[in-house]
Amino acid sequence: MDSKYHVISTLVEDRPGVLQKVAGMFNRRGFNIDSITVGNSEVEGLSRMVITVHADDKGLEQVTKQLNKLVDVIKIKDITQIAVKRELCLVKVSVPDEKARAEIMQYTNIFRAKILDVTEASLIIELTGDKQKINAFLSLVESYGIIRIARTGLTAMSRGV
Amino acid sequence: MRGGEAIIESLKKMGVKTIFGYPGGQTIPFYDMLYDADIDHILVRHEQCAAHAADGYARASGRVGVCLATSGPGATNLVTGIGTAYMDSSPIVAITGQVPTHLIGNDAFQEADIIGITMPIVKYSFQPKDSNLLPSIVKSSFEIASSGRPGPVLIDVPKEVQEGELTEFRDDLIETPGYNPTIKGNIRQIKKARDLIKQAKKPMILAGAGVIISNACCELKEFAQTINAPVVTSLLGKGAIDETSDLALGMLGMHGRKVSNDYINESDLLIAIGVRFSDRTTGRLDSFIPDSKVIHIDIDPAEIGKNVDVDLPIVGDAKNILSSLNKILSNYEVSSEVNNWTDMIKQKKQELLPRVTYDDVPLKPQTVIKEISEVLTPESILTTDVGQNQMWAAHFFDTQKPRKFISSGGLGTMGFGFPAAIGAKVACPDDVVVSINGDGGFLMVCQELATVKDYDIPVIAVVLENRTLGMVYQWQTLLYDGRHSQTKFKDSPDFVKLAESFGINGVRITKPGETKEALSSAIKDNEPILLNVVIDSEETLPMLPPGAGINEMIGEYKLEKDVI
Repeated sequence: MDSKYHVISTLVEDRPGVLQKVAGMFNRRGFNIDSITVGNSEVEGLSRMVITVHADDKGLEQVTKQLNKLVDVIKIKDITQIAVKRELCLVKVSVPDEKARAEIMQYTNIFRAKILDVTEASLIIELTGDKQKINAFLSLVESYGIIRIARTGLTAMSRGV
Repeated sequence: MRGGEAIIESLKKMGVKTIFGYPGGQTIPFYDMLYDADIDHILVRHEQCAAHAADGYARASGRVGVCLATSGPGATNLVTGIGTAYMDSSPIVAITGQVPTHLIGNDAFQEADIIGITMPIVKYSFQPKDSNLLPSIVKSSFEIASSGRPGPVLIDVPKEVQEGELTEFRDDLIETPGYNPTIKGNIRQIKKARDLIKQAKKPMILAGAGVIISNACCELKEFAQTINAPVVTSLLGKGAIDETSDLALGMLGMHGRKVSNDYINESDLLIAIGVRFSDRTTGRLDSFIPDSKVIHIDIDPAEIGKNVDVDLPIVGDAKNILSSLNKILSNYEVSSEVNNWTDMIKQKKQELLPRVTYDDVPLKPQTVIKEISEVLTPESILTTDVGQNQMWAAHFFDTQKPRKFISSGGLGTMGFGFPAAIGAKVACPDDVVVSINGDGGFLMVCQELATVKDYDIPVIAVVLENRTLGMVYQWQTLLYDGRHSQTKFKDSPDFVKLAESFGINGVRITKPGETKEALSSAIKDNEPILLNVVIDSEETLPMLPPGAGINEMIGEYKLEKDVI
């Protein structure tokens, strides 16, 4: 069966060890987490985890059921088709010369990214978007020399009410 | 009231009369409070056996078993026992001491992250930081361990929490909104099941431990009789149906009864209840029941479709669902096709009964099991260790009642049988308890002879001595050109003297008839005893080689009808 990329939004109890339980379950059952983001949710005491995972249909069903089985997991939803997805990326690019600087700043504008820090030899750029957009930007600035990348991993929310 | 006293009080409120444990540095406060408490504590001689005993207690009685160990090595010694209980859905609560909260994370003496270590093998765990929470945590642990699909729960109690004064004793359940096991089966699914049953010409039932755990054996019997379907079981399903009854074919799987393995693939409808379709039960999946529709009844939705594709899932408690099924099938008339099928299977069962009659010396294990079954009543509890001894017992012993056959199925833990028998005897003091062990597994836990002596727990330990690690030896014989790598003991201890050194009687058995005699008198004496039975080390049990289909057994399956 075809392995596809899925975005799963999970509401969990904000208790110690929950992230470890969720991550451990994926590992133990042989599924690879692409990314996982965790933060407070709209309800006090509950966190939202957004997990992206590669799995076929049967695998996804197992993942969902095994997640549901964890006592600390309250709700799970596969929102792959109906979600807005965003990731934040910080990238430090080296700036060999003035021409490069101008070009990078132009790309930054086109991608609606932000420059957070400027030195003579480098720029730190903040970029938000889905995976493809971020990858596209990174491949554009690659030729100038990427010094460091920090990505948050995908977070997502289903559209509508 | 201090934390430890609150734990004891809460355990008593949950109906606990006995706990199994071993003290250590970080549980000294708790043990000090236990000194005056009216709750029995059985001092085992290795923490792993405390967990197995609690597990045996739980399986024999259906009540939650409790074990106790100190921090660090005490806690890590529980791990195998917790894992065993997890794999077989057995409700135990394990309480461990932990270093004081302010030292956690400092690599303090005897500190281990037992919460982290056990995370994948517990249903839930708690590490209270406030003594006031202890009553709620104990109560919630029992609730989680015993409800839904049961399993182990760990409570890791830092030393100062054991000592801290409670401001008040409140035991409201801790809220777990993410935990809502489905009990009642969906009525639409149940009606669909009825329709599938009506269409079937060759139905068969596969019953697992879930039937026993939910106390649904009467409902299962009624159901099987109503639809006149033969019943096979998993290893842990032994006892879900009286194996001496007509409809019961016996165990399915790698070392299953020939009639079960040969005919399951001929069924056109398999009704699986409380099973997880383990690889040891099904053999190679793509040749397992190729032409059958499958109805799968289980309380754990994650088991549905995990291994075997299911045509009709019903999530819920087996007892609840089987009662509903029995109700809507009350006017059910069995078709002649089904009657013919079941008559044929019953006939085959008689023809394919495994041979148990031998008069060989060295003794055949079949003889030993046969003699044991001739002495025991349906109420007696048989626990097994893991390996050949387990499969001989499972294969040749007919279990008649639920909770009377206790064995480590999922994890396959050697050293389980004897301590589990201790737990079972404590839970059911009026029942005869016999544990069947190999000489390999028994040596992993033989120190518990001291426990049964100390507390005068009259369990009967049968040690089948073949001076090999029989199951691996058998695989090496059948599949690895007889290259017996590290599975033959050069020497063995004298098990009779071993028992005697603990102050327990031992009997050496080498000939037919002696097992029966020794067991009968042991039951009469009602004292702990070790029966050292010397058996044929070359006897093998027919098996499915790894990767083989359910009806592709190798090794000669000797039949009782061929006995001349």
